Parts: sequence; C-alpha cells; structure tokens
Amino acid sequence: MRLTLRLLRLAAREAMRGRWLIALAVTLAVIGELLLRFAGGGVTTVLSLLDIALIVTPLAGLVLGTIQVHHAREVTELLLAQPIPRGRLFAGLWLGSTLPLAAALAAGLLAPFVWHGMLLGPGGIQLIALVAMVVLLTLVSSALAFVIALRVDDRVRALGVAIAVWFVAAIAWDGIVLVVALVFADRSVELPVLLLLVLNPLDVARVLLLVGSDAAAMLGYTGAVLAKTLGATAGRAVLALTLLLWTVLPLWWARRSFARKDF
Amino acid sequence: MITVHGLAKRFGRVEVFAGLDVSVPTGQVTGLIGPNSAGKTTLLKMLLGLIAPDAGQMAIDGTLLDGSSGYRSVIGYMPQIVRFPAYQSGRDLLETLVAIRGGRETPDLSLAEAFELGAQFDRPLGVLSGGTRQKINAVLAFAFRPRLLILDEPTAGLDPLAASLLKARIVAERQRGTTVLITSHVIPELEQFADQILFLDQGRVAWQGEADALRRHTGSGTLEQAVARLLSGGAALEVA
Repeated sequence: MRLTLRLLRLAAREAMRGRWLIALAVTLAVIGELLLRFAGGGVTTVLSLLDIALIVTPLAGLVLGTIQVHHAREVTELLLAQPIPRGRLFAGLWLGSTLPLAAALAAGLLAPFVWHGMLLGPGGIQLIALVAMVVLLTLVSSALAFVIALRVDDRVRALGVAIAVWFVAAIAWDGIVLVVALVFADRSVELPVLLLLVLNPLDVARVLLLVGSDAAAMLGYTGAVLAKTLGATAGRAVLALTLLLWTVLPLWWARRSFARKDF
Repeated sequence: MITVHGLAKRFGRVEVFAGLDVSVPTGQVTGLIGPNSAGKTTLLKMLLGLIAPDAGQMAIDGTLLDGSSGYRSVIGYMPQIVRFPAYQSGRDLLETLVAIRGGRETPDLSLAEAFELGAQFDRPLGVLSGGTRQKINAVLAFAFRPRLLILDEPTAGLDPLAASLLKARIVAERQRGTTVLITSHVIPELEQFADQILFLDQGRVAWQGEADALRRHTGSGTLEQAVARLLSGGAALEVA
C-alpha cells in the first residue's frame, strides 16, 4: 500500500505539471459562480453545470490521460525494470493520473456552492450526485485514455483517437441516436435506442441523474425511451448497473493492456 | 550466467528473433554490438521483462524468467534514453526505487559522489542538463549493488571525465564479480573493458567470443576495425 501511495504521489505530481488541472478547476468554479449569479441557485444551476460537466470531464480525462501515459513512457520503463509486478505499477500510475483530475473537477464544481453556503440548500443533493457522477466519469475516461495510449504508440495518433472518442460520445451521439430512431421508425425502436443508451457512459450518467426528476424535458430521446419502457425505478437500477460496468470494464481493459504491453 | 534458448519475437511483420540461442558468462563484461535493428535493445528489454517473447526461454543465474518480477532485484538497468519526470529530483526517484525494493536497502551513492552531483541530486530533473540527467541515470542503475548490470549506451551524453569515472566503475564492478551486459556504438570504449563480444546481426548471433579472438579472426589491429570488417561483410562470421 505504501508503495502504491508513493507511485500515486509520483504520478500525481507529474499530473499537476503545466497547471492544467488548476486551470480546469478555476474555469469550472468561474462558470459555476456566473451561473449562480445569473440563474440563481437551485436545481436549474446544477442542471446547467451537468451539461458543461458532461463535455469537460471526458475531454479532460481522455486528453490529459493520453498525454500523461505517453509522457511517462520512459520512466515507466525504468520502473518496470525494477522488482515490481506490473499490476501494482499500473495501480499507482492510474490512480496518480485519475485522482488529481477527479479532485480538480470536483473542487471546481463545488467551490462556488461552498463559497455561497448553498451546499445544503436547494439543488444540494443534485450537486453532490453530479460530483459523484463526474468522479465516476473521470475514472471511465481516464481508463479509456490508458487503453488508447497503451495501444497507439504514436503520440499524435493517440491524441487524435482520444479526441475522436470524446467527439463521438459527447458531441455526435445525439445525432447517431436520431439516425437510428429514423431508421427504425417503422419498427420497434425501443431496443436499439436502449442499446445505444448503455453504449455511451455519458448518456448513462446524464439519464441516471435526470430520470424521475422534475427535469424530464432534459432526458433526451434515449432517456425518454428508458423512462417509458422501464419506468424510473427500474431504469435507475439498470443505469446504475451499467455505469458500474462502464467503470470496471475499461479499467480491466487498461490493466490488461498494461500487463501485455511491450515497452 | 544468462542463458537464452529458442527466443522468438515478432513485431507485426518484422521478425526480430527466430530461435535465438545465446549465453552470457557470469562475472564478465560482455559487449553487445551489431548494426542498427540487429535486436540489441530488444534482447536487453526482454531480459528485463519489458518485452515478452513469443517463444523461447530465458534464465538469469538459473532463475527462469516466467513473468514474475522478483528476479529483477539483482539487476541494475541503465536505459539509453530517459526522459525523467520534470518535477521529480534524482533523490525522489531513488526513494521510489528504494520503496519498490521494500524500503530495506540502503542505496550506494558512491557514484553520485564521484560525479560530484551534490545539490543537483535534489533539484528538479527538468532543469538539469542532459549530461547531468544521464549521470543520475547511472547512479540509479548502480545504487543497489546489482549482480547483473544491463547498460544501454551508458556513456552517451556524458562529458569525458564523467564517462571515464563511469568506465572505471564498470571495471570495479567486474572485479567484484558483477556480470555486465553493455551496448555501445563507441567500440574503442568497449575495447577498454569488454571481455566478451556478442555480435548480433539480423536477430542472430553472428559472432561470440573474446575481443582478442575477434581481432585475430578478422586480422584487425583494433576492435573497431574488426567490427567494421564484420559489418561490411569483409570477414566470415561464426560463433567462436
């Protein structure tokens, strides 16, 4: 455990270089502050932050994670030449890359609410749920970044793949859902749409936060189909299980890629 | 002794080794040389477990390399290129290596003293020159009194004095009974202390034997001339 913590500290100090994480936290805090000033507190502000967090979190996780793995390539080789199992080294490097980012995102989201003493007010529970979701999505995107960086040796190509994954999941997904809905318009659309929902962890996180809430209008097409097909309670259970799988499977894939990688 | 039997490795369409058999004697300095893409660094990395073989067996002092990591506690490794973490100091890295080794070993910093690293050992590596980082690379490789030293172009980037100190240390390690496997493109440097030459070409052993025997075999006055003759195909290749 002490060794893992030491490796975590080593990776975390590198993750802080370039001040990217501080800039990210400050940016989120400023956005949160502006929303609090102009939209007032409460659920509306949290929902606005949700849209921003679902764009920023995977982008930061994928891009920073990919860059960091490539940047640490040589020192990873040096550490792997020591008497340490690959699994333990992976744990230290991944946690060191992921936890500072998750902490920066959480701090940026929470800071304005804490500053104004609104954490326990209206929307407080939704904010805590949003932060928990952002932490989970950081784990997912960081694990996927490790997979990309470990499988694509060329730094520029790896960064391109990371940005493409982010673009499809965060930007183009609604369009893909729309196309599928149109294709299946004259047949049963529920199954393909639900499949699409579980295939995108960002959509899963978004719908999980919104299903059964007062903000049903923000559920989107996939969320509406889920609520109609399974209902809020069963839908939540399915989505929570799906998000758990989305947290575990990329991490397993990243660890496996690290274990099999020729350095 | 390092023994390699039937080693095979392919990267996509490129076959690096197709059944390599080689042994490296204990307590001697073996110079691993050959043209570019001969498989030198790949062989070193396979011995360190950084690259997994497709087939074949490797053993170090009788310990079969089976994917476990414990055998590496007796190895000191100096990679050719290390882009150290910019915000870590040499001491930070050393402490990490001590932690990896269970926190029980007191590192030998005599090489750092010989290099007169002083306060530079505690400064962030990102602000140090390439030569100073290479000195720290050497200090880390020698810090845990290894029984096997794997050195990939160890004097690259070092000033003449530091290179001389490092070579003296390699000689001292050999006298202590340490096995040294070293690659270098600076052949006169190898000539100073290499007992054995292992010449790899296209993934196979093209020559292995004493440096003197290679000079005699090629009819050359120096090891550099002998290697040049081997590289140009001017001398028949054989395993001595």
